Amino acid sequence: MAQPKPPSERPAAPQRHDWLSVLLQPVHLVMGLADYPLRYLQKKTGIGGMAAFFLAPNMLIFAIFVLLPLVINLIYSVTGGSALFLDERSFVGADQYRQIFDCTNYLDPMSCQEDAFWTAVGNTFWFVVLQVSLMILVSLITALILNRELIGRSFWRAVFFFPVLLSPVVVGLIWRWILQRQGLLNSMLYPLGFEPYTWLSDRTFAFAAVVGVSIWAHMGFYTLILLAGLQAIPKDLYEAAEMDGTKPARIFWRITLPLLMPNLLVVIVLALIKAVQVFDEVFVLTGGGPGTSTLFLTQYIYETGFVSLPRNAGLAAAASILMGLVLVVLTLLQLGIARKNENKGKR
Amino acid sequence: MALKSLLAASALALMATTAQAGDVRIMWYSDGIEGEVFQDLINRFMKENPGINVIVDNVAYSVIKEQLPVQLEAGNGPDIARVTAIKDLAKHWLDLRPLVADAKYWDDNFGANADWMRPDGSNQISGFMTQLTLTGGFANKTLFEQAGIPLPGPKATWDEWAAAAKKVAASQQIPYPMAMDRSGHRITGPNISFGANYIGKDGKPAPLDAGAKAFLGKFIDWAKDGSMSKDVWVSAAGQSYRAAADDFINGQVAYYYAGSWQVPNFAKKIGTNFDWVATGSPCGPTACTGLPGGAGLVAVKYTKNPKEVAKVMDYLARKDIVKEFSERTLFLPAHKGVIAEGVNFKSDSPLVKEALNNFVNATKTTSDLALKMPGWRWSDTMYGAIVTRVGQAIAGEMSTTDAFARIDSDVAEKVKASGL
Repeated sequence: MAQPKPPSERPAAPQRHDWLSVLLQPVHLVMGLADYPLRYLQKKTGIGGMAAFFLAPNMLIFAIFVLLPLVINLIYSVTGGSALFLDERSFVGADQYRQIFDCTNYLDPMSCQEDAFWTAVGNTFWFVVLQVSLMILVSLITALILNRELIGRSFWRAVFFFPVLLSPVVVGLIWRWILQRQGLLNSMLYPLGFEPYTWLSDRTFAFAAVVGVSIWAHMGFYTLILLAGLQAIPKDLYEAAEMDGTKPARIFWRITLPLLMPNLLVVIVLALIKAVQVFDEVFVLTGGGPGTSTLFLTQYIYETGFVSLPRNAGLAAAASILMGLVLVVLTLLQLGIARKNENKGKR
Repeated sequence: MALKSLLAASALALMATTAQAGDVRIMWYSDGIEGEVFQDLINRFMKENPGINVIVDNVAYSVIKEQLPVQLEAGNGPDIARVTAIKDLAKHWLDLRPLVADAKYWDDNFGANADWMRPDGSNQISGFMTQLTLTGGFANKTLFEQAGIPLPGPKATWDEWAAAAKKVAASQQIPYPMAMDRSGHRITGPNISFGANYIGKDGKPAPLDAGAKAFLGKFIDWAKDGSMSKDVWVSAAGQSYRAAADDFINGQVAYYYAGSWQVPNFAKKIGTNFDWVATGSPCGPTACTGLPGGAGLVAVKYTKNPKEVAKVMDYLARKDIVKEFSERTLFLPAHKGVIAEGVNFKSDSPLVKEALNNFVNATKTTSDLALKMPGWRWSDTMYGAIVTRVGQAIAGEMSTTDAFARIDSDVAEKVKASGL
């Protein structure tokens, strides 16, 4: 039987930090080289200048990929013609906006010159109202259920989150195969005595389907956020309430909902922004039809700028600027809420 | 050693760069099997011309329709493309006249359709039609026979076809008697048969006339009373194209108005499930015309390899190659010499041969006005406005009268916005 060697005879264990320091040598070298100019810069500009220096790469990317397209879009919106290059387009001032707002009655799209735009505005408004409110409600109920001690809780969480992982095009295709005349729904209803029905040709049902499919596809994400909020609520509050004999409904209204409010507000604003931008799954599912009953703003912009002949990039740009303004309001709302929550936390 | 490796790597990189300089990229879409046939022909070209590497990008038709025009406007795009909006995008095509081996050969064999794909007033050679198409109807012969209803004859009117198809649908319990693609191109043939003329005296679009209103009104009524499938027409907003071919293939409609390009598709997908027949275009009060068209293979002027592009185009336009392509794909050729010699379509199905012959016969009744449409600058603008508003009228969003007024105002607005 082999005897253990005395410590002095054992091979030295590799010094991990030595390897690390070797690997980090080039980093140290670069940092050493950068040290002098950075110190000089800090001396000249102070801490504020250094912050600007380190933020500059990010700001540059933001400027190129966000601000510049925004400015180009704004310029397009005051030009006309079917050419793509700006130097081949004529300046038309506010004509594109005038065309959009040329309306006798904004509530009656057919009285407007650009009736498709106002139909899309109306559809988007109702979609946002219905989809966001129903989705928040369903997500909240789901999160409350998933927060309980359920058998296979992880499985159920995965089930509700799974549609979020699907591409919107796949979501649209799946539901189109279910709802078309020779689809799954009709083949299930037929043995029960129902005649095949073209669900997506029915204006009311098509709109309801779009709302429903959108909720199905996105609720998992919001459920997850709400679930995280629910789990952050201290358990002792519930225990104390139970010891006092508080009814479950009162616990919900007095403990759960107020403490979940920060998460809920973030979810509402995120869902609002996402709903205003709805496009892909609806485009695949209904194509905006029947007629224009599921035509939303993003599809209107896409159709005007890229599909209809001759293409009208100016009108599409004007419409997207108007849509952008709505999104700015919603984003400011989100920032305001986040700041308010932050201030509450500090107090 | 390191220096040698570096030199070798540089040489390889240089070779790769040289190879790329001879690349010819083709954007291609397929309705049926033509993509496979085309790739086969291109492979043979590359064997004959090892210095030219041809890359065929197979894309969906929507890419050709929606993305290619944007690429072209930006001065990009492939070297060669198969397109249907050949006139609308004519300013982007390369003039092959000084580049091809024999310009006279091109003029003699493809001259009849050359105007469809070049800027007005020029003698440019932009490319050639890979296929000529003609819109026309298809009847499910088996359903007609099972219902005991005789197929209307070659001079039958739209009303006679509608009446017969309704009887078949009632007898065979199918959802719709008739169907038509959601396409302004498709509905224009019948419009012309009813006396429509979209082209104004100044060459710009004229307001809808009585002939167009007569057929469009009838079509909207048919869709509303269930004689015509409304599913396809209400299945999208705006100008989006939708085909009703699947309904015909699945035996869900008795009469389907589409065009000659569906023949290979039906041959492949219907097989022996039922008998079908191409009927030509039903008659209206003025004509019995379909609308000609097709897909053109055009060279793009932004190519960096114009000589190689011309070489590929010369090869593809060769008589033997056009003949083989047409025979294998079951497409009607546009090559004068090939037409004169006759085409032996490669199909065992007598239905296919009969259908193609019927379409060839139907070209004899194609009206002069219909022949003008593919080369008219504003045809797509008219088609788009008609599809959008007729779709809305069928969906019940507006009356037929309002739809007509909107078509006129939409087109007028488009003409004004284009700055032309």
